Amino acid sequence: MNAPLPGPLNDNPQLERWVAFPAPGKVTVLTGRVELGQGVLTAMEQIAADELDVAIARITIRSGDTEKAPNEGYTAGSQSIQFGGVAMRQACADVRTLFLEQAAKVLACRADELSVRDGSIYRGNSSTGQDYWTLAGAVDLSAKATGNGVRKRVADLKNIGTSNARLDLPAKIFGDAVFINDMQLDGMVHARVVRQPNRGATIGSIDENAIHRAAKGPITFVRNGNFLAIVGDDETAVEAASVAALDHVAWQNVEAPTPTQQEANWLLQRPVIDRVFGAEPADPKGRERYERTYTRGYLAHASISPSCGLALFENGKLTVWTHCQGVYPLRAALAKTLKIEPSSIIVHHVQGSGCYGHNGADDAAADAAIVAMQKPGQPVRVRWRREEEFIYEPKTPAMVVKVRALVDDNGKPVDWTQEIWSPTHNLRPGAGGNLLGALALPDPPPEPPPNDVPEANGGGATRNAEPLYDIPAKRILHHLVTEAPVRTSALRGLGAMPNVFALECCIDELAERAGQDPVQYRLSITADARARAVIEKVAAMARWNPKEPGGSGRGRGIAFARYKNRAAYSAVVVDLSVEEEIRLNHVWCATDAGLVINPDGAINQLEGGIIQSASWVLKEQVRFDNGVTSFDWETYPVLKFSEVPEIDIALINTKDEIPLGVGEVTAGPTAAAIGNAVSHALGARIRDLPLTRERVMAALLKD
Amino acid sequence: MSKTFDFSVNGKAVSVTLDNEETPLLNVLRNELGLMGTRFGCGLEQCGCCMVLVDGAPEKCCTKPVWSVAGKQVVTVEGLGNAAKPHPLQQAFIDQQAGQCGYCLAGILISAKALLDKNPSPTRMQIATALDGNICRCGSHNRIIRAIEAAAAALRSGEAR
Repeated sequence: MNAPLPGPLNDNPQLERWVAFPAPGKVTVLTGRVELGQGVLTAMEQIAADELDVAIARITIRSGDTEKAPNEGYTAGSQSIQFGGVAMRQACADVRTLFLEQAAKVLACRADELSVRDGSIYRGNSSTGQDYWTLAGAVDLSAKATGNGVRKRVADLKNIGTSNARLDLPAKIFGDAVFINDMQLDGMVHARVVRQPNRGATIGSIDENAIHRAAKGPITFVRNGNFLAIVGDDETAVEAASVAALDHVAWQNVEAPTPTQQEANWLLQRPVIDRVFGAEPADPKGRERYERTYTRGYLAHASISPSCGLALFENGKLTVWTHCQGVYPLRAALAKTLKIEPSSIIVHHVQGSGCYGHNGADDAAADAAIVAMQKPGQPVRVRWRREEEFIYEPKTPAMVVKVRALVDDNGKPVDWTQEIWSPTHNLRPGAGGNLLGALALPDPPPEPPPNDVPEANGGGATRNAEPLYDIPAKRILHHLVTEAPVRTSALRGLGAMPNVFALECCIDELAERAGQDPVQYRLSITADARARAVIEKVAAMARWNPKEPGGSGRGRGIAFARYKNRAAYSAVVVDLSVEEEIRLNHVWCATDAGLVINPDGAINQLEGGIIQSASWVLKEQVRFDNGVTSFDWETYPVLKFSEVPEIDIALINTKDEIPLGVGEVTAGPTAAAIGNAVSHALGARIRDLPLTRERVMAALLKD
Repeated sequence: MSKTFDFSVNGKAVSVTLDNEETPLLNVLRNELGLMGTRFGCGLEQCGCCMVLVDGAPEKCCTKPVWSVAGKQVVTVEGLGNAAKPHPLQQAFIDQQAGQCGYCLAGILISAKALLDKNPSPTRMQIATALDGNICRCGSHNRIIRAIEAAAAALRSGEAR
């Protein structure tokens, strides 16, 4: 009788997909999760070390390739530890069990008399002379996982729960060639794509002479339909030519987004697919109705490096190197685009700069593959230009969130409707989205049917649209906007940020109406013990004072969410000042992520989530004016070092609970805590993001 | 017509012959000299990933033509230290786990080196301001500032000995 397997292990049940013993004293563990700067491989190694009972130093981790590593789809959604880590733990426990059973046979004893210490088999306190490596020949790791391997008790964990240093950081600090951008293949050529401005745009004319002159070095053109690339040995010449091509390639059928389309309210008049979740509407009779609308514009991932991809087509086999989040889905999309079999494509993950979601990584890999298919035997490296990344990366969609609450005589919400207008949050290749280059090829693929992330996976626009609070009736009305001015897809937290911003601002407004302190008000409508614990903890950390006066240009705000209403809990308090601009003074955060694998790694992720969310809220919106006009760091500014607040984080390490991801949990609470603190400081509420100086001035004048 | 440019990188004399004298120093470091620590971020001198020291001053080199450094001393992150002999800044970055994706770190280390060379006891705000030409998108700012404070302290106590 087999135990139920964690999802990724169920999908990849052969144990050799997870663990190998390649040489005496050496262990290889394989994971489908990839390093995106979040430290996941360090955490995976800690998990494997504990369950296999081997020293960390024996372990080599292999990640994200379509040759050996398990297929775990995307490294996304704060699921690497919660699902991938749990799968790794069970796989390792199963492997340990198989070896103990084999050792018992060899030693003619019972398996439960035996244990593993750093890879060696012990009987009681005596070494048996057997170890993983002496037994490896007799243990068949092509066997399927059973789930019967008993995972270590929390008290017996040695590596899990310790702040091991990140495996990948030293090489980055010493300037080693660790990024995909740094890969050099023999005979490699550089390529830049002359981007098709939009689906359906066609090349009218190319002034090749002018482009050659600007290159100041030898270049060639590669063309397939309206896919045009510039290729050469000298990156400087190729780059110069690609910049010149902006002026010397004339496109027809160009469509460009307009300033009106940049604002979230534009979505209200678009074709939609209506979706409804939750309770029937309550009888509004005798109830006070409170309704407010909150908006957020389009955001860019704005990864610090533009995307990069390498490809080599040789002997009928295509090899692709990419920093994308899912090598298997990319392989499937490449096969479709290039009309070749997935089995003739190998995709390797190589580290890139932080991505925070679906940026240009998949597309840059596809660009390299398209060029490589026309240049057999020649390795091709494509690196997008900075402006290209800003303009063509998928954006997180603008959203309008309308909250309607019915309030009882005590000022508590008894009925909650969250109504959302949003384009899709998922046009990843694995969800039917197209690779950008494919649209320029002859016979471009059709648009995928309008869809969003299924609610079973946490939802896209509906993510965190339902308050976790004890409200008798709650519902979500989702208007999936079926057309958008730009390609939209996943960014850190998806709809969670705008939804939590809306609902947690609204909760503060209801508290104010009821004349209650925002912390006490939240506690009064929350029975969930873990939710109460993070709210109480963060209030204590920040020395929350219910009587602190506001409206003086200095304010404090609190907000809370449980990510996807089923993962980590986080509460955030922000202290800020508003003069001409909003200045963050201090942020406190308490988070319950269950059993924490690497506390310092978790804190690092939480800090990152807070700072990125603060940047979104204070500064960021992708602007349109006859095209995307946020195309560099001056037209899309992000939070600077001198603008970053000090941050204190407490982990409530509930060791008996399953481990939960922390990369996205702070996005919503940080945004709403800032919104609430600004309201406290100004005595006026701003419900549209970003909280620009113009909006601050307008809010002050309105009063 | 190719031209030859002589300068020093991390204390070693180099001689580079190129057809295009406008070739950015960044491309020379990466593609001619194989020094990959200096990263491309924007090509617009906005993000600081490509920060190097030129005669001791921090400069973004993604658009800096190679001719402009002829005869000068260039220091890249590889010139600060290595795993066997880390610079106190590098050691402090490791100790503080100051980084997430790490792509911005080489440029930040160079900016920090330039700051500490001029000001051995910077305040938190002086450090932050000195790094405003470097963008970190992951949100490792506070760890980076703490690491620079720690490195400054280590350097001061080292000099005092």
